[in-house]
Amino acid sequence: MAIKVEGLNYIYGQGTAFEQHALKDVSFEIPDNQFVGLIGHTGSGKSTLIQHLNGLIRPSSGTIWFNGTDIYSEGYSLKQLRSKVGLVFQYPEHQLFEIDVFSDVCYGPRNLGLNEEEIKERAREALNLVGLKEKYWEQSPFELSGGQKRRVAIAGVLAMRPEVLILDEPTAGLDPRGRDEILDQIKELHSKQGMTIILVSHSMEDIARYADRLMVMNHGEKTFDGTPKEVFEHYKELEAMGLAAPQVTYISHALKEQGIPIEGDITTVEEARDAILRLLGK
Amino acid sequence: MNIVKASKLIYDYIRRDEEENIEEVDRAIDNLDIEIEKGSFVAVLGHNGSGKSTFAKQINGILTPTEGTVWVSGMNTADEDSIWEIRKKAGMVFQNPDNQIIGNVVEEDVGFGPENIGIPTEEIWKRVDDSLKAVGMTAYRHKSPNKLSGGQKQRVAIAGVMAMRPECIVLDEPTAMLDPNGRKEVIRTVRELNKQEGITVLLITHYMEEVIQADRVIVMDDGKLVMDGTPREIFSKVDQLKAYRLDVPQVTELAYELRKAGVDLPEGILSQQEFLDNLMPILRKQEKSNGN
Amino acid sequence: MIRDITLGQYYPVDSVLHRMDPRTKLFGTMVFIISLFLADSLWAYVLATAFLVFCIRMSKVPFSFMVRGLKAIVFLLLISVSFNLFLTDGEELFRLGFLKITREGLRIACFMGLRLIYLVIGSSIMTLTTTPNQLTDGLEKSLGVLKVVHVPVHEISMMMSIALRFIPILVEETDKIMKAQMARGADFESGNLIQKAKSMVPLLVPLFISAFRRATDLAMAMEARCYRGGEGRTKMKPLKYERRDRMAYLFYGVYMAGIIGMKVAL
Repeated sequence: MAIKVEGLNYIYGQGTAFEQHALKDVSFEIPDNQFVGLIGHTGSGKSTLIQHLNGLIRPSSGTIWFNGTDIYSEGYSLKQLRSKVGLVFQYPEHQLFEIDVFSDVCYGPRNLGLNEEEIKERAREALNLVGLKEKYWEQSPFELSGGQKRRVAIAGVLAMRPEVLILDEPTAGLDPRGRDEILDQIKELHSKQGMTIILVSHSMEDIARYADRLMVMNHGEKTFDGTPKEVFEHYKELEAMGLAAPQVTYISHALKEQGIPIEGDITTVEEARDAILRLLGK
Repeated sequence: MNIVKASKLIYDYIRRDEEENIEEVDRAIDNLDIEIEKGSFVAVLGHNGSGKSTFAKQINGILTPTEGTVWVSGMNTADEDSIWEIRKKAGMVFQNPDNQIIGNVVEEDVGFGPENIGIPTEEIWKRVDDSLKAVGMTAYRHKSPNKLSGGQKQRVAIAGVMAMRPECIVLDEPTAMLDPNGRKEVIRTVRELNKQEGITVLLITHYMEEVIQADRVIVMDDGKLVMDGTPREIFSKVDQLKAYRLDVPQVTELAYELRKAGVDLPEGILSQQEFLDNLMPILRKQEKSNGN
Repeated sequence: MIRDITLGQYYPVDSVLHRMDPRTKLFGTMVFIISLFLADSLWAYVLATAFLVFCIRMSKVPFSFMVRGLKAIVFLLLISVSFNLFLTDGEELFRLGFLKITREGLRIACFMGLRLIYLVIGSSIMTLTTTPNQLTDGLEKSLGVLKVVHVPVHEISMMMSIALRFIPILVEETDKIMKAQMARGADFESGNLIQKAKSMVPLLVPLFISAFRRATDLAMAMEARCYRGGEGRTKMKPLKYERRDRMAYLFYGVYMAGIIGMKVAL
């Protein structure tokens, strides 16, 4: 069991005029090697939630366990936790600061107090994992393209060798190709490195394509939790929250309403194509 | 009539070393010829680095051509005397909502442009009232921009441009940093301005859902104009779009995939309704023949 | 959330003071400060107190908000009061070990303490009733005379108002970058001074880069909206003196005459 959260509450600015209940009684368990999608509109509490998972925000009440240990139990090192639960913020390229790409990626492992050999080894490994070619390693990170910068920033977190990787909208502001490249790389980290992934996204299409499980946050509460297919069944409720299911899900529902016996819960273009072709006997 | 016309437009980003010697020349726009009709809604697509943002900045005179000419409302952007006139005619909205709002109060930000061009106080108030109403932000006029959502901030930025009474608005990826609701909000606002006020809109984006309602879609790649047509024409060429590193909406892709598998659907389907209207007869026919 | 913090502690209610022209308030604050330095008798302080109480009542801002500003100067207040109390020569009142308190010392210490407290409360009345924007506007207009000697008054006030808009954004950004580096194992708290200073680099470099990026963007956006300096610019909200401002100036005159009168007479 990678992460377990029970009865999590978080209140912003307690006791001031700006007091706000950002998380309300949130509980869940995430087993090892799961790919979890986390969805919710701006202000739903999803960013606050993920910052709790690596100890950046302390809950107002509730408990968080990582690999069976309460992260606020006495003597537990939050620094160690942060190396195990890697968090990639939105627009992570804004955190780059070193004169060259390689040194920037070394920053995380160096903070862990490793020896120089190990630091370099991890940085090389991380840059290879994000698929950044070696010719860029000595360059200033600020000379790279937007997509490349972002990969350097993700490598900076991967160099900590996390078991769980949380990404807050890693594709924001990228063009379609850049977006697909990043998402495919994340998928590989999940399948080849066996990492547990928590992906915060606005795109239902992306979640449907990559995630095993989907959690939906709304007004600080966890509203839905299940496989993407199960959750997208509630497309009407999702819409009321200002969210939506993938376009093809709507199409399959519309066809069912017309009395067409289309099979299964469709969430991707491939599934929709195959299902319609089967109907047509092809 | 054309509001924007570019002829043989070339733009180079030139990097110089310390001694001002040319170190690197990066051609962002490569021999572009284009005309934009007054009152139209034109979407410009292209991946990052395709030259679309550079083109946008040419229209407002923020950048001027290395070679070739750009005319806005008949004025040459290279002509320094008409630069302020051009900026009044062609307003610009940028990507980052935070970095383009100057005022500390919504209404004051909207008034910033008119103040700059010396409009009398009473007229400024009238323009601010009208512009806030046009983007539906009147209720927020006394708020601090910091308390608005991303979509609302972009609407304030659009109001700021509207207060200059422009003929044309250029929006450079106005939705790239917004969530889906914010994106819808901004696109809806822009559509209304185009329809109701007759403002020419040039929308630069890489979200395909946003271009479906445009009158015309232009695709740029490597500084060149590579596709130009109605959304339907453009979206019927799914393979070509993918080659330019672009996406298509899911329904368009689904229809395209089905067509490839031999299903008799028309090209360039853009909406769910359209897809269903075309697919249903085919499915019904199949049902009948199965029944027999 | 951090963006909710209002800079300059403006307290939004509707009062005569809130509606008053910022120049009038600036001038009034100045008059009050000068009067505090002129006042050296009990009666002058009574008059200053009356003036202050009147302004507090007119502002409709709860008194507790004004007292809050005093927290920042408690230390300064204690030091200056005790220095004056213990180190002034004169008629000895009583002695505590090597410390003695004199009649003169007591008198000066009391006035000093009152002066500091009044100073802080007086200026916080202005900041509580005036938005940072109005304040910048007021300053620009009041300092207009300096344009003659080529002080870029318009530019300075534009810079101030832009700073006001971006400070909350940068504060939020600092928080975000700090957390992002903490997620990479950064430690901003422990270590000695040099280690602490060094650990700030990963925070400051991205922050500066971001500030520069925002500045470039903003400059472009301003240019696109035809900004070209203060020349030929009109105002959406020009400052205009109303009847209440004229009344205020009259009031200042009477007050100042009172203070000076007492100084001469007593």
